[in-house]
Amino acid sequence: MQLTNRSKQVSNKEMTLAEKMYLPAIVGGLAITISHFFRKKPTIQYPEVKKYLGPIYRGHHILKRDEQGRERCTACGLCAVACPAEAISMVAAERKKGEENLYREEKYAAVYEINMLRCIFCGLCEEACPKQAVYLRHDLMVPVFQERDEVIYGKDRLVENMNDRYIRVANSEVQTTPTEPSLTRAAT
Amino acid sequence: MDLTVLLVKGIIILVIFGITLLIATYSTYAERKVAAFLQDRLGPNRAGPWGLLQPIADAGKMFFKEDFIPSQASKWLFILGPCLAMLTALMASAVIPFGDSIRFDNYSIPLQAIEINIGVLYIFGVVSLGVYGVMVGGWASNNKFSLLGAIRAASQNISYEIALGLSMIAILMMTGSLSVRAIVDQQASFFEWNIFTQPLGFVIFLTCAFAECNRTPFDLPECETELIGGYHTEYSSMKLGFYLFAEYINMFVSSAFISALYFGGFHYPFMNEVGNALEKSMGAITGHNIATAIGFVVFFGKIFFFIFFFMWVRWTLPRFRYDQLMNLGWKTLIPLSILNVVITGAGLLYNFKYSTWAIVIVMVLMVVVSGARAPKREAIPQQV
Repeated sequence: MQLTNRSKQVSNKEMTLAEKMYLPAIVGGLAITISHFFRKKPTIQYPEVKKYLGPIYRGHHILKRDEQGRERCTACGLCAVACPAEAISMVAAERKKGEENLYREEKYAAVYEINMLRCIFCGLCEEACPKQAVYLRHDLMVPVFQERDEVIYGKDRLVENMNDRYIRVANSEVQTTPTEPSLTRAAT
Repeated sequence: MDLTVLLVKGIIILVIFGITLLIATYSTYAERKVAAFLQDRLGPNRAGPWGLLQPIADAGKMFFKEDFIPSQASKWLFILGPCLAMLTALMASAVIPFGDSIRFDNYSIPLQAIEINIGVLYIFGVVSLGVYGVMVGGWASNNKFSLLGAIRAASQNISYEIALGLSMIAILMMTGSLSVRAIVDQQASFFEWNIFTQPLGFVIFLTCAFAECNRTPFDLPECETELIGGYHTEYSSMKLGFYLFAEYINMFVSSAFISALYFGGFHYPFMNEVGNALEKSMGAITGHNIATAIGFVVFFGKIFFFIFFFMWVRWTLPRFRYDQLMNLGWKTLIPLSILNVVITGAGLLYNFKYSTWAIVIVMVLMVVVSGARAPKREAIPQQV
């Protein structure tokens, strides 16, 4: 079976004088390395320059609000069940009168916590969510933490800010996969 | 010698000392940068602009490491090892002529720490002492890997010193002097540079210089796949720093030595014309000093090229196996350098300097013939 056209037959034939002298091979090798010396380097200077990771990158979690600013999450717990790392926990509560502009449904998550040390950023919570409430942002990563008590992210760090809403496809030319609920400005 | 001359001499010695250390320091940076560029990377670029403060950061790191001496080690010899390595490395640059001469008032002072008529012998003596640094350090560590590394270093250095000396003898025969300055002065015109009169000697000398500096492809003393760290396995902190630093100083000294012996030292084409024009337009003293400065810069250009070449080769060639190393040294380089001496002598009988080209021509012919006569490698079709 031929796997590649670059394979070479091994042979134990005696070396010619040119090969025994090493010098032609050394000059050849030096020419190869010096050509790399002047080549453009592919390095991206990471903290200063960040590469666009694509619209399907799974980064920081976000709990979406709807267009009127109400939280979409109903604390059904499907994301916590779907989570293979058991990183998500929540406490459900009933919506009181007068809170209709805060929560979309009659039940909401009073506490919604994600343990970022456990999270493996698989995106299964995003797929499990029937209310399109939890998403993994493509444009923001979970920052490095130094202390263990920084690790559990509560609603204060997860719920979307209405002044700076998250839109998955900022560039309309970049399409999300058709199976995924699209999250353009119109859909929110 | 009166006081002014002594003072200027002292300044020159201090400057050469400082330059040697500075270049060795920045060779560590250059090594990492060159290695990175040859491997399509960028290299250190975080400490200062373009990473220029990296050597200082490295030295700071070295100083803050624990200075550990193994309990079973021979304590004083363990300390003496890196000191010897550093001392011998620094001593060798004393006889290298870095430039022509500085003139002021009625004095003319050569740009050289000491001018002795046995400069080449001095360098050889000091370089052979360099083995002691490695040997003493490796032995004092009381560790079999260190000892094996040290033994390798010693045997490698001793075997390659023979070929190094023999390839030098051809030059000494042509110059008739052991003074490095005399050898440099003899290469005043471009086509009398020893690279053109002694091409084979140059290749042998360069190979042996690599082996003497323990650089790849001859870095068997610190071959980490077999010997962990070789002779400096047990060393830490600035003692290790000294060993590594000594290697870079050795690299600088051998680059300077190669440029002085084979590439005309501070000479460059049309040097006399430039010198005369400068002396005419600026006066004898200023013109001469500026011409000397140009020569100095040219010499350092050559040195930097060879330091780069050392690094370039390091990141191109894999390490030799030990038996290959010994075969190359004893069975190839020594006979070739003896042949080189004989042919040079025969040429000198008839006042013909370029006689060693005969060896080169014969070798090229042999290579062509053996290449033509070699059985063609038959392409065996792969089983499908």
